[in-house]
Amino acid sequence: MYACLHAPGNLPLLLECARGFSPHIEENPPDSVIFDARGLEKLHGPAHSLAREIECRIGIPASIAIASNPDSALHAARGFRGITVIPAGQEAAALAALPLNLLHGSPQTAELLHLWGIHTFGDFGKLPPLGVAARLGEEGLHLQRLARGEGYRQLRPLLDPLEFEEEMELDDPVEELEPLSFVLARLLNEVCARLDAHSLATNEIRLHLTLENAPVHNTILRLPVPMHDPRAFLKMLQLELNSNPPPAPVLKVRLRAEPIKPRPTQKGFFVPPAPEPEKLEVTVARVKHLVGAGRVGTPELSNSHRPDAWTLKASLLAGGAGDSACLSEPRSDVRPDVRLSLRRYRPPRHVQVLIVNHQPIRLASPSIGGRIVMAKGPWRTSGEWWKSGDSGTEAAWNRDEWDVALESGALYRVFEELGSRRWFIEGSYD
Amino acid sequence: MQTAVLQLRSQIESRFDLPLEIRQRPDRLQLATGIPALDAITDGGIPRGTLTEVCGAESTGRTALLFVLLREATRRGEYCAWIDAEGVFDPASAAESGVVLDRVLWVNCGGNPQHALKSTDLLIQAGGFGLVVFDLAGIPNAVTRRIPLASWFRLRHAAERMGAALVAIEQEINARSCSALQLEMSPALPVWKGRLLYALKAYPESRKHYRSRTAEFLATR
Repeated sequence: MYACLHAPGNLPLLLECARGFSPHIEENPPDSVIFDARGLEKLHGPAHSLAREIECRIGIPASIAIASNPDSALHAARGFRGITVIPAGQEAAALAALPLNLLHGSPQTAELLHLWGIHTFGDFGKLPPLGVAARLGEEGLHLQRLARGEGYRQLRPLLDPLEFEEEMELDDPVEELEPLSFVLARLLNEVCARLDAHSLATNEIRLHLTLENAPVHNTILRLPVPMHDPRAFLKMLQLELNSNPPPAPVLKVRLRAEPIKPRPTQKGFFVPPAPEPEKLEVTVARVKHLVGAGRVGTPELSNSHRPDAWTLKASLLAGGAGDSACLSEPRSDVRPDVRLSLRRYRPPRHVQVLIVNHQPIRLASPSIGGRIVMAKGPWRTSGEWWKSGDSGTEAAWNRDEWDVALESGALYRVFEELGSRRWFIEGSYD
Repeated sequence: MQTAVLQLRSQIESRFDLPLEIRQRPDRLQLATGIPALDAITDGGIPRGTLTEVCGAESTGRTALLFVLLREATRRGEYCAWIDAEGVFDPASAAESGVVLDRVLWVNCGGNPQHALKSTDLLIQAGGFGLVVFDLAGIPNAVTRRIPLASWFRLRHAAERMGAALVAIEQEINARSCSALQLEMSPALPVWKGRLLYALKAYPESRKHYRSRTAEFLATR
């Protein structure tokens, strides 16, 4: 059973009224709304009582029709004034008097029917379907079914746009972060509750703070995995705002979450436990707050021969490292033995080197120094000669490397920059 | 002897009105080092759920040993954290050793041991890590000695709760009784071959209770 409300120029009012009866509502611009009324008889009694209840609630003059299918209800509401209730199976008879223009067929079909002298639903419904199909095609058949009240389509319900955004204007400007946290907590709770209601999570939260006499302060929180824990978000936002506080008092807070499907939590039975993403993200945010943003992450080697070429991925769980598929057999190209490891000084430490017969024999620097008991080298490396610049990470490099052992037993890799003829300690072997 | 213990126990129970129970510490799981000689002297590897100290002077093979541990843990699919007080962790050396870098969280504390201590505490409390390395190898002894015993105890307790193997690299033993296993690296022997340093022969010595056993391994280029 479907109910249709029709009132020219009052679509928002009709929508609001329909929402009071059912969540499944179809909007038919410019002036009609259909909703699913199945099951409402338990609340409002038979169809006539329901129609009167709708009439009472709507508060404006409107045509109300109740029928067994959406199209019949729509045509009845558009064609008859007041309340129309069409019992199931009597649609053709009830709609017979309606003019054909309510079917909204193509102009060619409408003109043809007019020339045939067909003016009402009843006249059209009486024509033989085979003849209609032969002369008017598929459209003609479809329109004839509608004219007979043989609607067969489902309701096309309105879907709320998935906007997860909350905002709050503050009575007084807020200068400190602690009172702002209460506002953020409230907004986050609301946004996360809505995400939960739609079985969604988010991997990006945008916070826009409207400031007093200053441009809008934007903070973006990007997460490696979808999450929906408001407490974790709040902690991360607090840490972020502590690191980059708004420069002026806050007048308005707007928070927006990008919806995304939540991650599956089921892991393999024999997969080693991984850090809980929510907890890990909060912990990493705390550590970043402590040591600095660019100092925490997962290292990734760069595709370059440049010494010490790597980048830092923001998070441990980014890039699907948590998939059980990654737990493959050990790489065959990795030797199972122990490899010589370097502890790399950043930046390389400048050192004075005494050279006799082309061999370094003594190192002298503020932190490291002594007689060299063994030196092996040089091992010349160079690269990226096309890049200009005297120094820096992106400049070309051209150097001779030496491995040296000091009297103390310490082993270092030192190198001479051939351009500047300066010596550096790159690191110690350990 | 047994009678005396029972008598003493009953006396204490009657005085404090508390039933005494002998708490048995469960056997700890081990994290195999991947070096058979070292596994032999440590009774199966580095213990999980507690603190292990690896100490020694520069160029004694401490980092090579830890990279092997990291390799074994990451290749088993465990997540690991390397808290680098001095900022000298070399991803290229780690990858060369077979470490799966995707499973390593590196915290570069830029020479601040206080930050390293706090970061280790935070990360180990977060849980989920199989191995947490607290690298103080380049920090002078005068500084590491100032880390209070209570902090070491706190780290050990956190490792116990979370089941992670916590390994500290230092120049000398600092945690003392808080560490369940102490590995002291004796001076290593460099092997020179070809144009550069070829290998390093390292001698880890297990200092567990009264026993002291030495192994050796060769870290090659």
